[in-house]
Amino acid sequence: MPAVTETREAVEKLAKSSYEWGFETDIEMDIAPKGLNEDTVRLISERKREPAWMLEWRLKAFRSWLEMKEPDWAKLKHPPIDYQDAHYFAQPKKKPGPKSLDEVDPELLRTYAKLGIPLHEQALLAGVEPAEGERLPVAVDAVFDSVSVATTFRKTLEEAGVIFCPISDAIREHPDLVKQYLGSVVPVADNFFAALNSAVFTDGSFVYVPKGVRCPMELSTYFRINARNTGQFERTLIIVEERASVSYLEGCTAPQRDENQLHAAVVELIAMDDASIKYSTVQNWYPGDDEGRGGIYNFVTKRGICRGARSKISWTQVETGSAITWKYPSCVLAGEGSIGEFYSVAVTNNHQQADTGTKMIHLAPNTRSTIIAKTISAGHSDSTYRGLVRMQPKARNARNFTQCDSLLIGDQCGAHTVPYIESRNMTARVEHEATTSKISEDQLFYCRSRGLSQEDAVGLIVNGFCREVLKELPMEFAVEAQKLLQISLEGSVG
Amino acid sequence: MSGQSVAGQTSAALDAFVERAAARSTVLAGTGIPTRRVEAWRYTPLRSITEIVWKEAAPLDAASAKNLLDKIAYPANGHLFIFGNGREVTSLSSLPENVLRTDAEAVDPLEDRFSAVLNGALGRDGLSIRVPKNVDAGLLTLATLHQGSAISTHLRHRIVLEEGASLTLFDANVGEGEYLSNPRFDIILAEGARLRHVKHQSEAENAAHLAIINVEVQGNAEYDSFTLNGGGAVARHEVVTTLAAPHALVHVNGVQVVNGTRLNDLTSMIHHAAPDCNSRQTVKTVLSDTAQGVFQGKILVDRVAQKTDGYQMNQALLLSEKAQINSKPELEIYADDVKCSHGATVGALDDEQLFYLRSRGVPEAEARDILVTAFLTDALELVADEALRELLLKGLFS
Amino acid sequence: MSDFLNICGLQARIDADGTPKDILKGIDLDIPRGEVHAIMGPNGSGKSTLSYVLSGREDYEVTGGSATFKGQDLLALDPEERAALGVFLAFQSPVELPGVNNANFLRTAVNAVRRARGEDELDAISFLKTVRAETKHLSMSDEMLKRAVNVGFSGGEKKRNEVLQMRLLQPSLAILDETDSGLDIDALRIVAEGVNSLRSPDFSALVITHHQRLLDYIVPDRVHVMAKGRIIHSGGPEVAKILEKQGYTQFLEAAA
Repeated sequence: MPAVTETREAVEKLAKSSYEWGFETDIEMDIAPKGLNEDTVRLISERKREPAWMLEWRLKAFRSWLEMKEPDWAKLKHPPIDYQDAHYFAQPKKKPGPKSLDEVDPELLRTYAKLGIPLHEQALLAGVEPAEGERLPVAVDAVFDSVSVATTFRKTLEEAGVIFCPISDAIREHPDLVKQYLGSVVPVADNFFAALNSAVFTDGSFVYVPKGVRCPMELSTYFRINARNTGQFERTLIIVEERASVSYLEGCTAPQRDENQLHAAVVELIAMDDASIKYSTVQNWYPGDDEGRGGIYNFVTKRGICRGARSKISWTQVETGSAITWKYPSCVLAGEGSIGEFYSVAVTNNHQQADTGTKMIHLAPNTRSTIIAKTISAGHSDSTYRGLVRMQPKARNARNFTQCDSLLIGDQCGAHTVPYIESRNMTARVEHEATTSKISEDQLFYCRSRGLSQEDAVGLIVNGFCREVLKELPMEFAVEAQKLLQISLEGSVG
Repeated sequence: MSGQSVAGQTSAALDAFVERAAARSTVLAGTGIPTRRVEAWRYTPLRSITEIVWKEAAPLDAASAKNLLDKIAYPANGHLFIFGNGREVTSLSSLPENVLRTDAEAVDPLEDRFSAVLNGALGRDGLSIRVPKNVDAGLLTLATLHQGSAISTHLRHRIVLEEGASLTLFDANVGEGEYLSNPRFDIILAEGARLRHVKHQSEAENAAHLAIINVEVQGNAEYDSFTLNGGGAVARHEVVTTLAAPHALVHVNGVQVVNGTRLNDLTSMIHHAAPDCNSRQTVKTVLSDTAQGVFQGKILVDRVAQKTDGYQMNQALLLSEKAQINSKPELEIYADDVKCSHGATVGALDDEQLFYLRSRGVPEAEARDILVTAFLTDALELVADEALRELLLKGLFS
Repeated sequence: MSDFLNICGLQARIDADGTPKDILKGIDLDIPRGEVHAIMGPNGSGKSTLSYVLSGREDYEVTGGSATFKGQDLLALDPEERAALGVFLAFQSPVELPGVNNANFLRTAVNAVRRARGEDELDAISFLKTVRAETKHLSMSDEMLKRAVNVGFSGGEKKRNEVLQMRLLQPSLAILDETDSGLDIDALRIVAEGVNSLRSPDFSALVITHHQRLLDYIVPDRVHVMAKGRIIHSGGPEVAKILEKQGYTQFLEAAA
């Protein structure tokens, strides 16, 4: 049918849209030699001026990693990764410091501007308070090739009792907290990539929100891979005490390159009684070109534990980038009445592959979880939702609702749904629904007969398809996410 | 292997023993018996079968066969064909007039499916038939009976329906003792053919049942199957079906009623390999005591299979604190112009409904039965043949 | 022949499950600037097909003839280009767009058309002002703007939403495809008023209907009778009255 052909053509055209963030920042880097062995781990620990216990922790992880095999159960295909052919440490030569803008390389500031960090970026990084307005300020920690270069609003946050700093600072300044919680949700040998991260992570963010404190602003991290052949391994640890809450935003970009770059992050969240953590990600790593050359391999372990009663962890992700995405942000619902949420949009185009989803592990009574996953596949891409809902024997009256919808654009892509549902408690209730369809020609024609171009119509319908997820994003991010969907599928909402 | 089955000292028995020993080493040297690390068996442990797979049983005589068969309800009309401990019970078996017996043929080894691998290594005997073009062969009851201890059978059946032919197959499985039944069916439905395959699996409580059904459905043909999975210590009914030409239609429906310490498993792969095909699947599982239920249903839609309409629903009802359900409904889709959906629910009986019935004077146990029956009924209604539906209902509540 | 909408010998077919089916078998129709024409005809006569072909639906293959609008080859344009040029199709049953906010959709459409016509885009505030005035005029609740396009709308609400779009997009040719089907009398009036309010020397309409009823409210300049893919009779408003009283038989016989 001609309409179908035209949709496909439109999509193919979209596939050619260039990666807007594919610039390279010209900053002098201090780079460790290629390769990975115990000496690499020692070098990282030494450069980060870490205490001995941290080095031991890393070595333990490294030794477990040596014994482990790369997981192969995901629906992903890629040439073998040579873990010896990457730099495991790279940092801007000029000494970074969060205290004064003068210490930040002007190139870096220009990078932020190009990134379009949806904030009052320059002012923020310069430490200027925003004008009085209805908008909440946002604190930013920018991680540049796995080194934190600036953490804004640190002082304001400190007054509220909130610690928000690079994890390497936390290791030195808050060793007790780090010792207690690091690896408590994702143990060093949890999986191949988590073990690798534990051994070689170079930076990331640390957040601690004390009892009863609502974090006065959104916390935000920007991750960017810049140097050639570097792996990026950030580590994030967020601890929210009783009755406290935080909203955390994470954005990612990387320059356009021919070769694949490895990214393996670990995020751990801990929520005590009545605490709430909202973790939002817009992942826009370089996806490779339209022939499938280059792009980031993104193997991420994200897990939160609702330790306390009535605590809540909510993951929202918009995944448009990376050549390969392997990512399952999960919730362990250990506190009675705790809540886990997962809202996801995954868009793949060209030769991208995504295998992403979540695990909701219900351990305690009256726990609730919601999963809304929207998958859009175009071009030659493959996208898989993989999820686990497990009701353990003690999860009396637990509830889960899962909705997975896939949209296929063109006949050369694939969309897959692989849910695992396991229940060991008769009073627990699980409901799962999944659909797969394509953009209807009726909808496209309706929009076009009202004057919208084919691309705009696709964008509008896709954004509508993702609405339930996009509305979960904080305002600042929602705008950016919509923009990203536009670029990934070149439709616009106007 | 104890001396018992070799005790007859017939050379045939000895040959069989040697053959089985060789097969055992082949299987074990190859894939081995899958552990729970193997994705397809993560919910269904097979440890228990290792003890009983390898011994061959003595054939059953007609009287024992008849006694066993009478343990379940089976159609009084139509033809009956019986395998007792893996051998045809000729005195009780007959085929419909127009149905031809054929020779066994080489089949797809299905190497990634353990039930098929095991059958491939040890399989012998079975029913190979062909229903000629445009013949309606009516009803055939195929009874697979077992009696004994630590024995296994691995029947190979082949059912070919030529263009426009039709057959209703009642597939009855019952036995006594400790055994493994590992039948394989290869079913080929030519253009416009229709097979109704209604199965009652009511194996003994210490038995294992690993059935593999491999079905090819050509254009405008229909494979309409329903399985009542209700017996065995460990029982998997596994269907691999390919919709090979436009307007093929497949139903893989079923009900699993699992109690005690039993585990019942319904695993299916519905492969849409041609455009304009439909598949429908409804599977309901009721679990009590410390029983475990498994549902693994995959719908695979090839790139060429545009305009596929696939629907799958699986629901589980847990009646006890210790029962367990593991469900994995899966969609793997490579064509864009499709309508595929699945739904799954897991839960207990609805307290409000229970209360409503009790407040109207229905005793609790009876009220539960009413609600469980109601839960299963809409799946059972998918059995198109009313008489067979009644038989299954009897089996369900006997 | 006018320089406005001119249809000449138009033929079109649809692919029905692999076999092409001819639906339009040579339509000749001329609608001058400022006139309202009605097309009436029995089911299956090709009325809806004509409206889809004129607005650019791709399921139909044009196999012969031509259609020009304002001197341009209408059939060569994409649907959105036709919209920008001033063609508006009010759908018989408008499709639902789940998750797409109605107000957002309207603004996107209005601005896309304004852009194409070389007009300034409306910012959020002036758009909202415009749309509020229109919804009030159409007795629509603001709540309808917040919902997803046509999702959960009643039949009447969908039609109002179509009229709202028509008023906002300011077309020069409105095609109403059985917009009156399933409407109560109040909704019918609203649709009719929507069309009448746009009537001007620069606005034409093609009203496709089964019933005389709608033509009591939108009085046409010409009425065409369509059957089996052809226009078999054309006349003044009195044709609708004759059809109402006597049915299609006499026209069908005359054409046979």
